Amino acid sequence: MDVVLDNLPAFLRGTRTTAELTVLSFLFALVLGTVVAGFRVSPVPPLRWLGTVYVEVFRNTPLLVLMFLFAFGFTKIGIQYPFFTSAIIVLSVYTGAFVAETVRAGINTVATGQAEAARALGLTFLQLLFLVVLPQAFRSVVAPLGSVFIALIKNSALAATIAVSDLTFLTIQLTNSTSRPVAVFLGSAFFYMLLALPSGWAVGWLERKLAVRR
Amino acid sequence: MTAPFIADALGPRGKRRVLLASVVAGGLLAAMVVVAFLRLLHKGQFSDHLIAPLRQWSVQRFLLLGMVNTVKAALVAMVLAMAVGAFLALGRLSRTAPVRWLAGFYVEIFRAMPLILLMFFCALGLPKVGIHLTPFRSVVVALVAYNGAVLGEIFRAGILSLDRGQSEAASALGLTYWQSMGRVIVPQAARRMIPAIVSQLVTLLKDTSLGTVVNYDELLRRSRDTGTFYGNTLQVLTEAAVIYIIVNFTLSRIARRLEVRQRRKYKAGAITVTGVEDLAVVGAHAEAAIA
Repeated sequence: MDVVLDNLPAFLRGTRTTAELTVLSFLFALVLGTVVAGFRVSPVPPLRWLGTVYVEVFRNTPLLVLMFLFAFGFTKIGIQYPFFTSAIIVLSVYTGAFVAETVRAGINTVATGQAEAARALGLTFLQLLFLVVLPQAFRSVVAPLGSVFIALIKNSALAATIAVSDLTFLTIQLTNSTSRPVAVFLGSAFFYMLLALPSGWAVGWLERKLAVRR
Repeated sequence: MTAPFIADALGPRGKRRVLLASVVAGGLLAAMVVVAFLRLLHKGQFSDHLIAPLRQWSVQRFLLLGMVNTVKAALVAMVLAMAVGAFLALGRLSRTAPVRWLAGFYVEIFRAMPLILLMFFCALGLPKVGIHLTPFRSVVVALVAYNGAVLGEIFRAGILSLDRGQSEAASALGLTYWQSMGRVIVPQAARRMIPAIVSQLVTLLKDTSLGTVVNYDELLRRSRDTGTFYGNTLQVLTEAAVIYIIVNFTLSRIARRLEVRQRRKYKAGAITVTGVEDLAVVGAHAEAAIA
């Protein structure tokens, strides 16, 4: 226990970095995933193909492979960013595939009559998507998007492999420098829960708030 | 399945617009591919001394045996995690409160932890308290600790998804708790859980790549070593990604097909976790089943 209290500043710093990684990546992933989901339901075939390929490629590749490929492979063609930026790019692109699948599932729950009515009113595809379908789609996938977010909290730990000093990175350092690995580990678990539990509550609250009453 | 949701057929003007958009989008995509290709060419990434090693049988064999090691760790971990998961599910559904709490505590702790941290703990933390594990065992222990919690939640959701009448009928017939579990509940629940279990296997297989951080001799580790040796990290990691995609895509397809079949067979439906790699979805199912 003491070892956790003694190193509280380090834990808090790591927790903050993990939170930053998670929130920033999630925002980008949300935008990216929504665009890709839009591609997947668009009437334009090349965009549909692009959407499908994107989702299948990034969903089926381990995140760590993407992380190393981007951080160590892409330097060979002159693409190089600070590690924190690299981590956010990779996490966003990876999570974007899961967001896309979730949003698409949400789009499928919107009754076809809605799209038909919008078309009958003369809305274009983009108007129909952004004004009619997506607002309803998002309301029905709050909980799954929330679990994508909580998965992202944990996935952000992979940033530690490219030297971003997040909670996992600092936990490893403390494990190495102290003789109380179990206490350090449990302390780290506590701080990860500190991020995950309120997120879970917030998702539950949002879900109740936005639930579609039929 | 992927049909656009615009239900009505397009008119002549709509068709023209879609055609125009297709040409523009196709052109842009082609341009992006060309730019990427030129960049690679310009940086000499297609030169023979980087590509040639990938065509050598010795290198291919090295990588494929890495994949074999990946699959080996994944399968061992999967079998053990199912056993742990079964215990945890029974524990969380137990009528004895302390057992419920203990199982619940385990699940909450281990599903909140990043798997990579568990691996580091096995490889760096445990030796400090006198437990030395080989890299293979570190990977398996971490995978089992984490996926046991996930599978436990899947099993629990599967059991709770059954109609209450099943267990009521079983106890009305005079079956004991264990008899009704073993003969009535579990056999039915197990069938519903198969797709979710296969999806979890895909996630687990992907997660085995984390073993590279504890020096387990799997595909990603071997790809990185090859890349360092020949200086072709970009090419080798791309090849590793392609191998992962092929294997996981195939497994995902199997999972989806199983799920569709289950849906058709049992109207209540299989419990789904496809698409989201987190058990919170399964947890939501469980909660919905309780309510």
